[in-house]
Amino acid sequence: MRYLPLTDSDRGEMLAKVGASSIDDLFVDVPEDARLNGPIEGLPMHMSEMAVERHMRTLSKKNLAAADAPFFLGAGAYRHHIPASVDHLIQRGEFLTAYTPYQPEIAQGTLQMLFEFQTQVAKLYGCAVANASMYDGSTACWEAVAMASRVTRRKRVVLSGALHPHYAEVVKTMAKFTQDEIGDSLPALQAEPDNQGLITRIDDETSCVVVQYPDIFGRIPDLAEIAEAAHAKGALLIAVNTEPVALGAIKSPGELGADIVVGEGQALGVGLQFGGPYLGLFAVRDKKHVRQMPGRLCGETQDAEGKRGYVLTLSTREQHIRREKATSNICTNSGLCALAFNIHLTLLGEKGLRRLAAENHRLACIAADRLVQVPGVELLNGTFINEFTLRLGQNARAVVRKLADQGVLAGVSLGRLYPGVDGLSDGLLVAVTETTSEEDIETLASALEEALS
Amino acid sequence: MPRYFTDEHEWIDVEGESATVGITDYAQEQLGDIVFVELPSVGTMLDKGGDAAVVESVKAASDVYSPINGEVTEANGALEDDPALVNTSPEDEGWFFRMTIGDASQLEGLMDEAGYKAFVDSL
Amino acid sequence: MNSPNQSGWKPEMNASEDSIHSGPATVSGNRALMLEEPLLFEIGHIETTGVDLPDTDIAVGNRLGGMERSDPIGLPGLSEPETIRHYTRLSRQNYGIDLGLFPLGSCTMKHNPRLNEKVARMPGFADVHPLQPASTIRGALEAINELAHWLIDLTGMHGVAMSPKAGAHGELCGILCIRAALEARGDAREIVLVPESAHGTNPATAAFAGYRVEDIPATDEGRVDLEALKARLGPDVAAVMITNPNTCGLFERDMKAISDAVHEAGALVYCDGANFNAIVGKVRPGDLGVDAMHINLHKTFSTPHGGGGPGSGPVVLSEALSPYGPLPFTARTKEGVVHLVEEENAADYGHTDAFGRMTAFHGQMGMFTRALTYMRSHGADGLRQVAEDAVLNANYVLRSLDDLLDAPFGASGPCMHEALFGDEGFGGDLSTLDLAKAMIDEGYHPMTMYFPLVVHGAMLIEPTETESKAALDQFIASMRSLAERARAGDESMKQAPFHAPRRRLDETQAARKPVLVWEPSDE
Repeated sequence: MRYLPLTDSDRGEMLAKVGASSIDDLFVDVPEDARLNGPIEGLPMHMSEMAVERHMRTLSKKNLAAADAPFFLGAGAYRHHIPASVDHLIQRGEFLTAYTPYQPEIAQGTLQMLFEFQTQVAKLYGCAVANASMYDGSTACWEAVAMASRVTRRKRVVLSGALHPHYAEVVKTMAKFTQDEIGDSLPALQAEPDNQGLITRIDDETSCVVVQYPDIFGRIPDLAEIAEAAHAKGALLIAVNTEPVALGAIKSPGELGADIVVGEGQALGVGLQFGGPYLGLFAVRDKKHVRQMPGRLCGETQDAEGKRGYVLTLSTREQHIRREKATSNICTNSGLCALAFNIHLTLLGEKGLRRLAAENHRLACIAADRLVQVPGVELLNGTFINEFTLRLGQNARAVVRKLADQGVLAGVSLGRLYPGVDGLSDGLLVAVTETTSEEDIETLASALEEALS
Repeated sequence: MPRYFTDEHEWIDVEGESATVGITDYAQEQLGDIVFVELPSVGTMLDKGGDAAVVESVKAASDVYSPINGEVTEANGALEDDPALVNTSPEDEGWFFRMTIGDASQLEGLMDEAGYKAFVDSL
Repeated sequence: MNSPNQSGWKPEMNASEDSIHSGPATVSGNRALMLEEPLLFEIGHIETTGVDLPDTDIAVGNRLGGMERSDPIGLPGLSEPETIRHYTRLSRQNYGIDLGLFPLGSCTMKHNPRLNEKVARMPGFADVHPLQPASTIRGALEAINELAHWLIDLTGMHGVAMSPKAGAHGELCGILCIRAALEARGDAREIVLVPESAHGTNPATAAFAGYRVEDIPATDEGRVDLEALKARLGPDVAAVMITNPNTCGLFERDMKAISDAVHEAGALVYCDGANFNAIVGKVRPGDLGVDAMHINLHKTFSTPHGGGGPGSGPVVLSEALSPYGPLPFTARTKEGVVHLVEEENAADYGHTDAFGRMTAFHGQMGMFTRALTYMRSHGADGLRQVAEDAVLNANYVLRSLDDLLDAPFGASGPCMHEALFGDEGFGGDLSTLDLAKAMIDEGYHPMTMYFPLVVHGAMLIEPTETESKAALDQFIASMRSLAERARAGDESMKQAPFHAPRRRLDETQAARKPVLVWEPSDE
């Protein structure tokens, strides 16, 4: 077996050293009647590298890759061009095969990268401090809700109807076990987000208000007025962002008064990967909340010779020390995805990020203008950046399936996200990025026209 | 001003109707460099033996328990900026909080200085 | 053995102390291949970009509704060559499995095959959106389903929840399944029993799920005290969380009896699967009465640790718990087609009791493809060999060091995949930390320290099956030398490491005055 270096003669010598006559002597504590006497039946035996690759390629080819079709899906996962150097660098063995940097003297590469990452996320979100990442946007969203109840010592949570329904589902699932009381609602198909409706749901018992920015329909809510209303009642505003590229064009949530900003970082550096691994981002606007934050934090310090260096810090909040009193049971972050994000954002820089957002918006405007010319199609959004909602006047999910059979990945139907909700079934979410060509837009428009007629 | 000690290594100074609480020199030495102290907010009602504060070193977080029942009247703000005071002056400038004396009889179960010294020597 | 190093280098070849670490200071602060690297924020510029994009601004007539960013964000960029150099230099300040033996007990740092990386990047896996229509993702669902079946067959369990994002997330998933099952039978219970030697995530998870945590006592030989456990079981106990093999590196011999007693008391058995590497293919947790167990794909199935994630923590479930597993998951119909089961079609698959959803999408697909590739490579026969070689390597280390390092459970029988030592016998005021830091100078990543909590100055060494005998012999030679120095009270160890990119770092300063983001200096 190519991954096992011991030879039979090594094994013999080693067994002699440990005083065992056979390998079975080392498994003597496993009850005999439970011990397996040979390879588990029904599973294949070992295979050559070539044979495994062939098997996996067969599976891979049964999928339609985004690059092979006009592609318009978003709804929390976005396709962007990832510069080749990102994937090269994250595959360097010193990054790929390193452990969590608990031994800082020989992990400064990971630690400095995390410090840069934390700074980038804090700046992008308009916050004071960001952590070293969480599993993904949806779990980060839940962690923010849990943190808000620690800070406010209140248990009532107001979820905006325009929060990604899977995120809302994760929050509701977790809240069942913490006795947080979750108020949610379905979004209404209208041009502007219903800020007033949301604000009326905030009261003196509200721990936090959770608002997606831009929201699930691609609209851009004015967070400032929600922040003001929340703060007036002593509640925190949690802003959720699922598309960091959008923040190259619009004001940061922190700037607009959000207290905790969380999101999905997948769009920068990570790739679609059928839903994971992704990258949870987590930041707080005010430094004073830092000890209530979940997850790992990297901080600057000095070594014994006075040289600058970095360490994981404030770890007394975490499970390996606080055990049952920890702020979260989280152990892992999403280190390699954080590195990919860090490198991609370094390559872009502020200038590149702004240009990228502008280019996304330019193409999205072209797409929106073209698609509304298709008979029966209406644009819902008053505002958007690189994703918007169309109304097709008929079941959008069926249309998406039909177009997929023609090799066009038309977007995410609202029926896919809100199954069984009749009022939303004609909605289609369309995401447009720099990877979308004007030919792709034209292909989508004609295919839609044909499907709807 | 009588000073009492608990077997959880807190000290409590009684001054009329009010008391001041901190952790002992022995405790700070066991904990090592203190990096953060989480203090109770004013108005918190404490129970004898219940959690009152948390003191953190780099690798450990320890609960500090209230020696008696009472209400918190003041927390030592100086510890926020300079938690090292707990190491340098544990039984003076590094005090944690002041509280009312809810039940003076609870003081009777605590150790005096000599008793605490003997207790520490026995550890 | 003449030399601890295969290159032929011998200790007496150190011409003098000076030649190792002195010499004139350099202007750059670099020392040949040991290169200092500034922060991105000190070398980048907000006008620099390493990506060619059209030079456009947000146009007039845009659809942003007046929410345009005006102020600078403060994100510096680097050109591509500068970017490559910045991160390549940073990478060289890291230790990784690719560089040498990484004996972190409980963490299973084994070789990461590069075929896994290649497969994960196949466009049909890497460039597929989680919400694509079913007809375009057949292969992705099949891959998840195939991995699910491997996990079920290898563990002898009934079902598996694939979506948890990491081990701790999987633990949470398992405990929430247990809670849902108990609630479904109207039997609210309050206590979860956890051994003192458990990973910190165990009590943190149980507490999150609303349970009170109590310790399970251990015997002197480092295993769960069955009689004490039986005495504590009662109608208030919801579950028992056990790590098997346990964190002392021992197999819980009484596991079946423990499970029987727990079930008899109406409670359920959670097994922390962090140490599955020792037993994969040798014994199935399902045959020992386990109800739920998470599997760290990044440990046993060799997906890379990546400097702290991403992980992946599928949870295998017994028949009693399977109905409560979270959405989404995959199911294969009689016709052989694999479907995604979510909220809308759960009823079609008789899965209406799911406790909910733990994450937005379907789990760590990128880790699934790597793990499946690894399993296919090894096959049922190879995985069995993995466990055998992992256990043999650990016992070899244990018996090669136990005359110099205190092995508190050395008499408890063979260890499994990791060898546990304590600091008894160290001279002066030397500690486990000092020995660990001296290992860095020897070219090794330290072992797991001060865990489990039940052993003073614990050192938990897990060599894994991907180390050769020659690599182990070299490691053992270094460890023997360090152990002798520690016993002799060699004070210089308190200053170690001497040769790493950084000396010991001041963690007190980092925690007292946290600097967590870069700020421009006032100069």
